[in-house]
Amino acid sequence: MNTLLTLVLILVMVAAGGWVFRFAGQKVTGNAPAFRDMPFAVAFGYVLGACLLLFSIWYFFQPTTTEAGVPNAGVVFFRWAVQFFIIAAIAAFLFRLLGRTVGTAGSRKLFRQMPLTASFGVLVVILYAFTAIFAAWIAPHGQEEIFAKVNVLPGGNAATGGDPLHPLGTDQIGRDLLSRLIYGAQNTVGIAFVTTCLAFFLGGSLGFLAATLQGWLDQILSRAVDVLMAIPSLIFALLLMTIASAWAGSERWLLTIYMIIIIAVIDSTRVFRLARAVGLNIVVMDYIEAAKLRGEGLGYLIFKEILPNATAPLLAEFGLRFCFVFLTIASLSFLGVGIQPPLADWGTMVRDSAQFINFAAFSPLTAALPLLAAGAIALLTVGVNFVVDWMLHRSSGLKE
Amino acid sequence: MSTLVEIRDLWIEGRSDETWSPIINGASLTLNKGEVLGLIGESGAGKSTLGLAAMGFTRDGVRISKGSVTFDGIDLIAASAAKKRELLGKRIAYVAQSAAASFNPAHKLIDQHTEGPVQHGVMSRAESMKDGIELYRRLRLPNPEEIGFRYPHQVSGGQLQRAMTAMAMSCRPDLIIFDEPTTALDVTTQIEVLASIRDIVEQFNTAAIYITHDLAVVAQMADKIKVLLKGDEVEEADTRTMLAHPKEDYTKSLWAVRAFERPQKPAVYTGATPVVSVQNVSAAYGKIPVLHDVSFDIHEGRTVAVVGESGSGKSTTARCITGLLPPTKGVIEFDGQPLPANYKSRNKDQLRQAQMIYQMADTALNPRKSIGEIIGRPVQFYMGLTGKQKRRRVEELLDEIELPAAQYFDRLPSELSGGQKQRIGIARALAAEPKFIICDEVTSALDQLVAEGILKLLARLQDDLKLSYMFITHDLATVKAIADEVVVMKEGKVVEQGPKHDMFVPPHHPYTDLLLSSVPEMDPDWLTNLLNERGVDNIGDAAVDKMS
Repeated sequence: MNTLLTLVLILVMVAAGGWVFRFAGQKVTGNAPAFRDMPFAVAFGYVLGACLLLFSIWYFFQPTTTEAGVPNAGVVFFRWAVQFFIIAAIAAFLFRLLGRTVGTAGSRKLFRQMPLTASFGVLVVILYAFTAIFAAWIAPHGQEEIFAKVNVLPGGNAATGGDPLHPLGTDQIGRDLLSRLIYGAQNTVGIAFVTTCLAFFLGGSLGFLAATLQGWLDQILSRAVDVLMAIPSLIFALLLMTIASAWAGSERWLLTIYMIIIIAVIDSTRVFRLARAVGLNIVVMDYIEAAKLRGEGLGYLIFKEILPNATAPLLAEFGLRFCFVFLTIASLSFLGVGIQPPLADWGTMVRDSAQFINFAAFSPLTAALPLLAAGAIALLTVGVNFVVDWMLHRSSGLKE
Repeated sequence: MSTLVEIRDLWIEGRSDETWSPIINGASLTLNKGEVLGLIGESGAGKSTLGLAAMGFTRDGVRISKGSVTFDGIDLIAASAAKKRELLGKRIAYVAQSAAASFNPAHKLIDQHTEGPVQHGVMSRAESMKDGIELYRRLRLPNPEEIGFRYPHQVSGGQLQRAMTAMAMSCRPDLIIFDEPTTALDVTTQIEVLASIRDIVEQFNTAAIYITHDLAVVAQMADKIKVLLKGDEVEEADTRTMLAHPKEDYTKSLWAVRAFERPQKPAVYTGATPVVSVQNVSAAYGKIPVLHDVSFDIHEGRTVAVVGESGSGKSTTARCITGLLPPTKGVIEFDGQPLPANYKSRNKDQLRQAQMIYQMADTALNPRKSIGEIIGRPVQFYMGLTGKQKRRRVEELLDEIELPAAQYFDRLPSELSGGQKQRIGIARALAAEPKFIICDEVTSALDQLVAEGILKLLARLQDDLKLSYMFITHDLATVKAIADEVVVMKEGKVVEQGPKHDMFVPPHHPYTDLLLSSVPEMDPDWLTNLLNERGVDNIGDAAVDKMS
């Protein structure tokens, strides 16, 4: 009851603050349009934002350990998050600055119009791609290598349970976590990329074909896709993976191939829908009619006339679809039917160390173990989405 | 008379590519109570921007950088959002170009009509509904008691435009801005909208700013006219003075456009084989018949104009000829040989011989391909030219349509103006070296000066290359300019056909007569005289209905 009262009191004070803020703004600036036409909700938002900012600054400078000597986990994680945010913002800014000064005229122009979020996204994607490609050279140890020291904590400081040899620590059976994270990029991201490409090839070409030919072919393909989409995708994937693991038998690598095909087929249904919808809008254009009347073949129509006009939405969908595929693989691995050990994979890593999150209140460093792999997944998803948002914005504003 | 709107030295800028570029450069205007001002100019002249600025409103990405807008003593630029909300809809109203796009399709007309008065507290809902029906009656809408209870898609375009005018009138505003209210309508429908707008503005002594690119229309509506060119004011005078003695060269050139007319060619001798012969063609969309027994011939080097209102079957006839819509009955002969009904069964040469130019150059050119690729494709496809030869041929074609090849070869369609895009469409058709070209409303989306250029180009190409045109249009001025023979269509039937000079001289079929007399003329008394002649109940849709 007391907390509720406090909350209501705070809200009322913020509301009053909003009114005072707007009133003072009107008086000080001599009724400038920005303050004059400001709705109350906007003023409330400004004051609320300012209050939250002040609270965050105060909270950031709280001591990391309580007087009883127990670590104050909330403050620790909050500091990590803020520090990461600031570093990411600076990195994105520097990266954009670099892009604006180096490169061709075209790429420089691209960077000049780029918002900070997009440059962060691009930076993340480049870093992940680099890590995935050169994993074998970057990683200090092999992904299957087992060391004597088990459950070493991250930080590399011996006093807090770390080891300078393993900066991110080791897992339950003594494998170096940094190396496994790096190899994980190769396995998880690489497989997701291949899967997404396959899904786009399948869904895209069939979607355009359905849009161009229409009639019975469109009916058959669309209804088949409807049936596939009616089944919850993760459950369906799980079911098929169970069947596939029986087929694969002891050939573990075959299971990975099956997984790629299964996820690609399931995800291609979404791509099919998009490609068909975009294609239908393009097919009714007069230039398609002109090409048809010229006597052009199907291949020319699809690849030379329709595809160039569909790239913007398809590219945006590629980014989103990549994230979904990537998360599906991580989920399947988490459930134990995805990428098989000893191959390093972020989903499996989260599952293996999930229980450590319970120790967060006593030892924040221990809880960091599952957060590292989960964070790697989250970071890429956020980065790709930033890039996709930007691309969508650009393609929608293309006509100016 | 007291001044209602006063705009002084107004400068408006629009944001493009990170910089602000000028749209209106120091425009001034004064509008008295009950007066109608016509704003004319080509697209991009800033007429709409200026019209909206008179309401104290700018579109997104547009700002007023200098100057003042005063409405009845209220400074609209300095006015607060709340103050403007109070004025807009109540004392100032706006009628948009496309009523179909501006009405909310999910609500009935009368519900949208009452929204303004109830919101502004002028009338109760019941009062406003009664008033709405009264306004519908005054605007001569059919069934005024019931039409309000229909949804926007259930009434015709002309009726919708009048319902929108009624909506603008709902609060009895002092000022209404009409932004090209009749541009999207057929000539016969346009008349009744014009007549009802003029009447109602007079009855309520409302001031209006009437924005249009059609001089003849503005001549009927406005007390005075202001001509704009690229954001600059060219001249302003009262209507009669402006029409009789335009001062500036630009205004004179606008006036002169309508004078372009090709001489009538000698009649074709009777035994000649026509290039295209449409013989007793009937066609249907699904089970709904749209064409009934259409026949006409197109001879070498001649232009046949197919005229009619929207829905009369002009474009469907073109689709039958191109083979996109196989006819249910009848044949189409090309050079005396019957053409396969479906384009898919025609051979490459048959496809090549008949080309098409589209109304909307925007959708007719692939936006992701350069001009060189667009024109080069048919050159390669039909002529088998590649590499340097292909490039030379494309450059020749660009020359032919009067665009410098070096400058335009690598451009994308979005980097061209409307008239230039239409020229590219012509070049693409020419690249196939056809005998016959179908021109589907090729000038109706263009400004008058640009359209004249296109018509002259088509005329020259016809003389040089012995082309035959089928020219689909609803604009009789275009017919006058370019046709040798005219086919008038109505509801899928040919009502009259013959050489141009016969068509424009009475006696003609009553429908042709109606079409011809509905084309606005530059005489400011034209509308009044026409209405007197026809009688109030016998204009527009009503007249068309009576005939059938």
